[in-house]
Amino acid sequence: MPEPIIRTEHLSRFFGTVKAVDDLSLEVPAGIVFGFLGPNGAGKTTTIHLLLGLLEPTQGQASVLGFDTRTQADEIRARIGALLEFAGLYERMTAEDNLDFYGRIYHMPAAERRARIKELLTHLDLWDRREDQVGQWSRGMKQKLAVARALFHHPPLIFLDEPTAGFDPVAAATLRNDLASLVAREGVTVFLTTHNLTEAEKLCAQVGVIRQGKLLTVGNPDELRLRKSGPQAEIVGHGFNEQTLALLRERPEVAHVELHNSHLSIELRGESEMGPLVSLIVRSGGEVEEVRRGKASLEDVFLTLMEEENT
Amino acid sequence: MSDILTMVWKESKDSLFQGGRSALIRPLLLIGILGIALPWRLGLQWLALTPIVMVLVLYIPFITIISFVGDAIAGERERHTLETLLASRISDRAILLGKIIVTVGYAWGTALIGLLLGLIVANLLKGQGSWEFYTHVDLFLEALALSLLAGLLGVSGGVLISLRSATVRQAQQILSVGTLVLVGGGFLALKAVPAQAISSLSTSQIWLIAMAVIAVLDAILLGVSLVSFQRSRLILS
Repeated sequence: MPEPIIRTEHLSRFFGTVKAVDDLSLEVPAGIVFGFLGPNGAGKTTTIHLLLGLLEPTQGQASVLGFDTRTQADEIRARIGALLEFAGLYERMTAEDNLDFYGRIYHMPAAERRARIKELLTHLDLWDRREDQVGQWSRGMKQKLAVARALFHHPPLIFLDEPTAGFDPVAAATLRNDLASLVAREGVTVFLTTHNLTEAEKLCAQVGVIRQGKLLTVGNPDELRLRKSGPQAEIVGHGFNEQTLALLRERPEVAHVELHNSHLSIELRGESEMGPLVSLIVRSGGEVEEVRRGKASLEDVFLTLMEEENT
Repeated sequence: MSDILTMVWKESKDSLFQGGRSALIRPLLLIGILGIALPWRLGLQWLALTPIVMVLVLYIPFITIISFVGDAIAGERERHTLETLLASRISDRAILLGKIIVTVGYAWGTALIGLLLGLIVANLLKGQGSWEFYTHVDLFLEALALSLLAGLLGVSGGVLISLRSATVRQAQQILSVGTLVLVGGGFLALKAVPAQAISSLSTSQIWLIAMAVIAVLDAILLGVSLVSFQRSRLILS
């Protein structure tokens, strides 16, 4: 079993009485996009700060790329790339100079820096604007440049803190696509924090859900869906009533059923046949127009986890 | 050392040369005052580097530091670039020293250009055909050393104030008031010294004592700045 690229053991960080990160134990394997999901204020950014050695943990320990975050933070920061809460670009400098600066920080030779600037800016369709001051750019362009900066020195691991936060859906989708293609091309491990579940579903091989500093669950999105809810079916039609619901609830293969206007949402136990259920609905006076099989979205899983925590 | 040079490169690009033509207005204005207007007004007094000339040579570059050092530190935090920089491999010390070198260099460069330009202007005004250097070479060298030390004092103090300021504007306001307090305090301290003690010293000796006092203050403030400028503190502030 390969060594995880990130490992935390009972990692905690308190600010006075506030537990920003509380007893976090986590392993992130190399070579994947790991999504760290949670609502605002869940402790995602503090976790990144702890992993980068920018903050000392109150309790517990963590290692990144095999280095201890407490005692070898310089080694970690020398090997990772980061796009934190803000793009962090120098707006009075050109795009080229912004990348060149970070290349110099990582001691890349001049020729390599020039080649890498061309490679990344061309890939992101920003090459023609390389001599613009970044302050003149749109937010989406700046964020793409910030992603390029995080990847500039070929780090094996990058941290992205809510890279599409505050973007409109089109800009977010564009950035997500650019991010996915770059990450695949560079073969880099990504630790991505987000509260955008679509983003996590599209990009992440594994996700961890955090709330109020506590890790609620970890797994790949499919596993989480199965763990938190079974297969689902949606039946569209007319004439569904309380009797239909009562009959369905008596069936052993039905875990949960709800009526929303003209459609029934059914959560099944295992991969059950739909035929007997449809017959039952028809016999109870319902008219079936369409039957759709499906599985819970990551959003359903997320909301279930949040509800469980509340109760 | 290469990290410090990287920061110097970045600070030069970001602070000095990227604001277009408007970025040149301030240094040209200061050089104009120090190198043309004042020598023009003071004439031969300028070449003698009288105490008033020395004070002006020290004070005018000091003003430039107020805007630069606030922008270099509080500005990075206000524009959210500092956090990304702290997440990179560059050391706290290289970040701070790079910023200090550029700001002090800028202030000292202004003083040096002002003194050299002032020499030309004063000689042109004299109009006696022969060219003269500053009357007292030791005073000229002391002016250069003093402006360097005063610049370092301003930057070190500015770093400490910027670290505790939420915005560039706040940092600049505190620095402006701090500068006035420093000048006023210096003046009062000078008045407190018995007249006979001062009269027994040459002008050059007085400036040497001032240099020694400023150098001690520089060492203290620079040390405190280096201790204060740490990732863990900056992330939490």
